[in-house]
Amino acid sequence: MIPELGHFALMLALLLALILGTLPIVGAARNMPAWIALARPVAQAQFAFVAFAWGVLAYSFITSDFSVANVAENSNSELPLFYRFAATWGSHEGSMMLWVMMLASWTLAVSLKSRNLPDAMVARVLGVMGLVSCGFILFVLWTSNPFERVFPVPANGRDLNPLLQDPGMVVHPPMLYTGYVGFSVAFAFAVAALLSGRLDATWARWSRPWTTVAWCFLTLGIMLGSWWAYYTLGWGGWWFWDPVENASFMPWLVGTALVHSLVVTEKRGTFKNWTVLLAISAFSLSLVGTFLVRSGVLTSVHAFATDPRRGVYILAFLLVVIGGSLTLYALRAPKVGVGGRFEFVSRESFLLANNVLLLAACGSVLLGTLYPLFLDALNLGKISVGPPYFDSVFVPLMTPLVFLMGIGPLARWKEAEVPDLWRRLRWALAISVVTALLVPLVAGSFRIFVSFGLLLAFWIVASTVVNVRERTRGTTGIVAFFRRQPRSYWGMILAHLGVAVFIVGVTLVKGYETERDVQMKVGDTVGVGGYVFRFDGVTERKGPNYTAARGAVAVSRNGTLIETLYPEKRAYNAGGMPMTNAAIDSGITGDIYVSMGEPVASGAWIIRVYSKPFITWVWSGFVLMALGGFIALMDRRYRTKAQPATAAARAAGAAGAD
Amino acid sequence: MMRVVAVILVGVALQLALPAQAADAVPTEMDPVKAARAVKLAEKLRCLVCQNQTIADSNAELANDLRGQIREQIAAGRSDDEILQYMTNRYGDFVLYQPPFKATTVLLWLGPGILLLGGIAVLLRNLARRRAGEVAGEIALTDEEKSRAAQLLGGDTGKNPS
Amino acid sequence: MNRKLLIPLVVFIVLCGFLFAGLWRDPREVPSPLVGKPAPAFTLAQLDVPDKAFGTADMKGQVWLLNVWASWCVSCREEHPLLVEFAKAKIAPVIGLNYKDQPAPGKQWLAQNGDPYTTSVQDRDGRVGIDYGVYGVPETFVIDKAGTIRYKQIGPITPEALEKTILPLVRELQKS
Repeated sequence: MIPELGHFALMLALLLALILGTLPIVGAARNMPAWIALARPVAQAQFAFVAFAWGVLAYSFITSDFSVANVAENSNSELPLFYRFAATWGSHEGSMMLWVMMLASWTLAVSLKSRNLPDAMVARVLGVMGLVSCGFILFVLWTSNPFERVFPVPANGRDLNPLLQDPGMVVHPPMLYTGYVGFSVAFAFAVAALLSGRLDATWARWSRPWTTVAWCFLTLGIMLGSWWAYYTLGWGGWWFWDPVENASFMPWLVGTALVHSLVVTEKRGTFKNWTVLLAISAFSLSLVGTFLVRSGVLTSVHAFATDPRRGVYILAFLLVVIGGSLTLYALRAPKVGVGGRFEFVSRESFLLANNVLLLAACGSVLLGTLYPLFLDALNLGKISVGPPYFDSVFVPLMTPLVFLMGIGPLARWKEAEVPDLWRRLRWALAISVVTALLVPLVAGSFRIFVSFGLLLAFWIVASTVVNVRERTRGTTGIVAFFRRQPRSYWGMILAHLGVAVFIVGVTLVKGYETERDVQMKVGDTVGVGGYVFRFDGVTERKGPNYTAARGAVAVSRNGTLIETLYPEKRAYNAGGMPMTNAAIDSGITGDIYVSMGEPVASGAWIIRVYSKPFITWVWSGFVLMALGGFIALMDRRYRTKAQPATAAARAAGAAGAD
Repeated sequence: MMRVVAVILVGVALQLALPAQAADAVPTEMDPVKAARAVKLAEKLRCLVCQNQTIADSNAELANDLRGQIREQIAAGRSDDEILQYMTNRYGDFVLYQPPFKATTVLLWLGPGILLLGGIAVLLRNLARRRAGEVAGEIALTDEEKSRAAQLLGGDTGKNPS
Repeated sequence: MNRKLLIPLVVFIVLCGFLFAGLWRDPREVPSPLVGKPAPAFTLAQLDVPDKAFGTADMKGQVWLLNVWASWCVSCREEHPLLVEFAKAKIAPVIGLNYKDQPAPGKQWLAQNGDPYTTSVQDRDGRVGIDYGVYGVPETFVIDKAGTIRYKQIGPITPEALEKTILPLVRELQKS
């Protein structure tokens, strides 16, 4: 009975989404206050029904209602409560429901937090989001219904894929989807602006916080996915340029360009066309990503079970949404205006270059990801495009970008002078070069690409230091120091430093990681990265829904025992491939990572031991970026109500503003 | 302040210092240099029965067999290129994660460069247009409006707020 | 309307065209680079008479099929009846490559499901399989009189593949 209620609620939600997607938009176009006023309440009602439907699905999982097909296929009575809940989104159907839930949540958020926006604009924004919701709910109801029943009811379910029985995997999809779906808000704002024909700095100010928060969540979501892969898959890798990873990275790249572009549109009123196009593109890439993952068009460790029918539906949906918005763009963009002047060398031109580079990077990733498909569709053969290609293409594009990261924030708006910039930055450059050369030398192994990576990272840090010193000149005391600039400034500083931290992590890991893949009998030792690892045998351990072969590996340095690591090989009761649980000791200076391979006939085991210096900096960098974004969101100007400002207040605000 | 930075950097560097290795475990009958080479090669090859993994990372039987092949061929003295050629002769270009540079992949390899150059060209043209003032919608201020603006801005007309 | 603004739309539509085409393709199917090349030579012990070897040299001058099978292979059962019928019709000899299998289970499997093979050879460690670019079981190769591979069937032989591709090809090759 209850699953049917959920199903019904979803159908009602579709109806509401349809109403939301039509009446308010028409109302805004024809200036009909009654229809415009419908937007907020209908959005909230739609959320209520979607939340109920989603709650019903979660309830079915938690109570292990195996009469629901989705629960029977993805859960098990022995599964711990935490994972039974997470199994709600562990399948294609479940994750689509999560998409719908996220979309409804963002729609709700916009309807609640838009008091100081004109009603007509809100109507359009919510209307666009309603239309997108329509498409997704229809997709769920038509091809991916999670509420389908199965008769006869099985005694127990098939269990959640063991790969997903992990805290990282539990948090990663919700975080990622919050970001992915969050770009729908920026998209809706952009389409609303095109529909109304008005796009100005105020529009940018409204869009900016929504875009930033979506970007923050996407950053965290990607980081979680990468970290999860690292400690779950057992081979120490953390980024593979897999199509699904790329599917989340591309919106991130465009999202980053969008966040920067919005800055310019808000402050200077320029880049309007760019910004609108970027907003449309970011969400479009989210949608294309959804297609790639679920259609079977590309192979990936990550892909859900495929069905061409689903693929066709999503493709049709893409054509309508993306094709429609791009057509609207082509028709309406000129009306929106081009914007002001600025010089060849100015902060605007640097930010424009930033956009070009990020888009070129995104385009390259898209090219590499889809190229095998292009060739196959044209019957020109089958190739694989993997990490060697992406690494060799991505780094050269990011290099000038990092260089610009140092100069951009120091350049003046509208007109900057190269000699002035050079004077302010030459010491930063010199210090970066010198330290970049010294560090690998002192480390004992000079590698040019390590120096290069470090140069990029130190450049960011050094130029940021220059920037901060200039902006906080004359302050005394910590409080005054931070008060001197608004939070959006500190957010930027932190996010840029996060990039530097990330680059340090990647460079040092790739430059200095070592691994040994050896057969070990009890008592054997192997040395990696300055540590000695001794294999102390395997014991059996029973978990809630699995049996594990638990290895003990003693780690010592310079003869003294530091700790024992316990990697595991788990066989889940409900079947499936044995899972590798690596044992990792994480620290600021890096990880030591031990995982068990296969047992060998003579009673020995194949053990993989890795030393991964500074790999924690890779995740930390991303966390800092997201943190920077959140801090920028807390900027005071997003929290004050719109009020008539006196000349004095405006001047006071302008003095310290970025 | 610089001293602090220098100390931190030296500390970082020392963490990375490569130590002598004490390899006492029974290796898979291979010396470390050749083993490392085998791993590097295996990382370039795609596992054909898996969903997008390298032969190095996959636990599939075929991946195991092919890793064995690689080790044998290294022991037989073949070069990296010869081993990769061995694989592509049997499985085609699909097995290489680095697509070869051929007529069909020209667009792939040159694509990013073309995108970048194209983007830069658009950028430069856009900047040139803006500088020349060919911008739609720009209206000149009258003298009266200019002085009013100066008043409102509190006399800061010359300074840029950032 | 500024034509340049249409570029994103056009690019997107072209992209959708490719994505649509991709829906009907299998990204995991690996075509063989060996089609049109000489079949890699092998000499292996036979399944029923292990002390007698059999090899590609023995098939020179004939058009023949090489079918890769194993007792542990589930999909092999799907195509096996077709092979048995094919063998009964005496169209062309079928040689079995018993891939990564043990002789006892292999022989038992043939006893249970029928033996369409002129003979089966044992590829215990899969080396010959690697030489032929085998990456899954079953796979079937059509080899001509000169010993060149002319066609590779990836996966079980479907009735459609048999009728539309394999039979016509075999007949054509036999005429020359």
